Amino acid sequence: MYRYDEFDHNFVQARVAEFSDQVARRLAGEITEDQFRPLRLMNGVYLQLHAYMLRIAVPYGTLNSKQLRMLGHIARKYDKGYGHFTTRQNIQFNWPALSDIPAILADLASVEMHAIQTSGNCIRNVTADHFAGAAADEVADPRPYAEILRQWSSVHPEFSFLPRKFKIAVTGAERDRAAIQTHDIGLHLKKNAAGELGFAVYVGGGQGRTPMIAKKIRDFLPEADLLSYCTAILRVYNLYGRRDNKYKARIKILVHETGVEEITRQIEAEWQELKDADLKLPEADIRAIDAYFAPPALADRPEGDEAVKLARLDSKSFSEWLDQNVVTHRHPDYAAVTISLKGIGEAPGDASDSQMEAVADLAEKYAFDELRVSHEQNLILPHVARADLKAVYDALVDIGLATANSNLISDIISCPGLDYCALATARSIPVAQEISLRFASLERQREIGELKLKISGCINACGHHHVGHIGILGVEKKGAELYQVTLGGSADENTSVGEIIGRGFSSAEITDAIEQIVETYLGLRLDRNEKFIDAYRRVGPAPFKEALYAGEAKTA
Amino acid sequence: MKVLTANRLADGEAVWYANGGWAETVDNADVAYDKAAEDRLEAIGATASANNEVVDVNLIDVTVANGVVEPVRLRERIRAAGPTNRNGLGKQARPVAARAA
Repeated sequence: MYRYDEFDHNFVQARVAEFSDQVARRLAGEITEDQFRPLRLMNGVYLQLHAYMLRIAVPYGTLNSKQLRMLGHIARKYDKGYGHFTTRQNIQFNWPALSDIPAILADLASVEMHAIQTSGNCIRNVTADHFAGAAADEVADPRPYAEILRQWSSVHPEFSFLPRKFKIAVTGAERDRAAIQTHDIGLHLKKNAAGELGFAVYVGGGQGRTPMIAKKIRDFLPEADLLSYCTAILRVYNLYGRRDNKYKARIKILVHETGVEEITRQIEAEWQELKDADLKLPEADIRAIDAYFAPPALADRPEGDEAVKLARLDSKSFSEWLDQNVVTHRHPDYAAVTISLKGIGEAPGDASDSQMEAVADLAEKYAFDELRVSHEQNLILPHVARADLKAVYDALVDIGLATANSNLISDIISCPGLDYCALATARSIPVAQEISLRFASLERQREIGELKLKISGCINACGHHHVGHIGILGVEKKGAELYQVTLGGSADENTSVGEIIGRGFSSAEITDAIEQIVETYLGLRLDRNEKFIDAYRRVGPAPFKEALYAGEAKTA
Repeated sequence: MKVLTANRLADGEAVWYANGGWAETVDNADVAYDKAAEDRLEAIGATASANNEVVDVNLIDVTVANGVVEPVRLRERIRAAGPTNRNGLGKQARPVAARAA
């Protein structure tokens, strides 16, 4: 993975010193809250309902053991013993004192981490496929390009005060696990007919109150042109993006209002001015960054097949976990493991200090010191020898992180919601917990099959509800929580925005409604192989509306 | 009926104005029953904000039943108690608040 050079170390240290001074001046009353707010946001510090919140960047979701151990240490020493992994592959701490934040940032800097650009109207943490470097189906590892984008976008003077925040995602496989079409810029790393690397470029996706699917504006951009082309996009956005209305300020609105053809013309025209200048990436520079992401030396471990076969016979629960949470690796003797942070009835994405430390130990012992955070709020061990899977599983059982529910209905994305967030209008986590408990039986969940359920506690859609196969949006109506249900959303290579199914449900009704939707699906699917999303696309909303609301129409 | 609430600058703790100072629970908050009392609380909030004691100062609606102050909006009830999914955290985990609840 990427290692800081001297420049990076000095840059982060200088920022820690600068922000520490700003915090000290704020606490001494030398600067006002209005002066301080933009400074704290630039450093990932929010004020929420109960306390400050610190959002720490995990670049493209990649961590090493030392870093995860440090996050566990911060959770214990400065917070309340846990952290919350987010859909930008970052982590949030919900209870830090402002006066402790300089010390936390110093601790983070000691392991090459920071909280810069985790908030504000700038380019946020670039996300990537959480199986990058391990996936059997990828053309190349997308993370070197995410790192190049990170270096380019960090305190970029021209792009630090954009009309609104800006999010970029990169995938290196046809199967999109990074939700690139829901991003301001989505990059699909691919090879052209000549075998050269480049990107399909998508622009103008996003969720929030106006969900939009990104439009492909270029089928193949040579890798050397990555920064010049992104600069052209950002320049057009910076110039024409609306600053008069916060709700219309994202690039998705500009793309929509300008039209794809015209905005593509503007971007291409801007790019013509830039493409042969100093932003062109020298081959040697790309390969130098590539080298940081060289895969670990994976020795052949052919004994894995026999070991897995025997362990399966020995343990049904291991076998189920293997089927659900373990995916194929490009090396046949290895696998990528999803560590579910969605224990039945638990808050999605939360991990305790001791769990973080134990997972760090596992990564060190069995996974070449590498970890990932997925945008679906789980942790990943990307390279585990199949021969070691049983040992990893047993260790996960010991720390309560062996729930075999990856991609099942209880593998829920949920924002923090009204239990923490100052913007939320309804709670998300308790709804996720109740649904998880209702479908507690993993046997039942497997019978239902792949089902992505996503919950947001307000229209800002941090819980990605628009692209959930089942999406839930919590709003406040007449002083009470009300949950709107959308169906048919998806965040993969066939991205779609879910449709609102009908009137919302109270917090007492919502779990029953979800169960009704699931039962309806089970009743109409062609066979076990027809996933929820495929069945919905085949039959549309009518049978679900009928199941949810027909009784009402009759009584009314 | 309204009470004055904010977050303490140094640690972000949710606080309510009570008996001439900022209390960590809503239980004994000074209740404004009329416009004049609201104005008085608002002025206190503005001063505390200007003195960098607290941030995000707001007057919020409450009810008072049998001497117990309770915020009207769910958002404010959660601020006063703690996250509903983790009863061991926030004010609700503290002995005094637990008794009041």
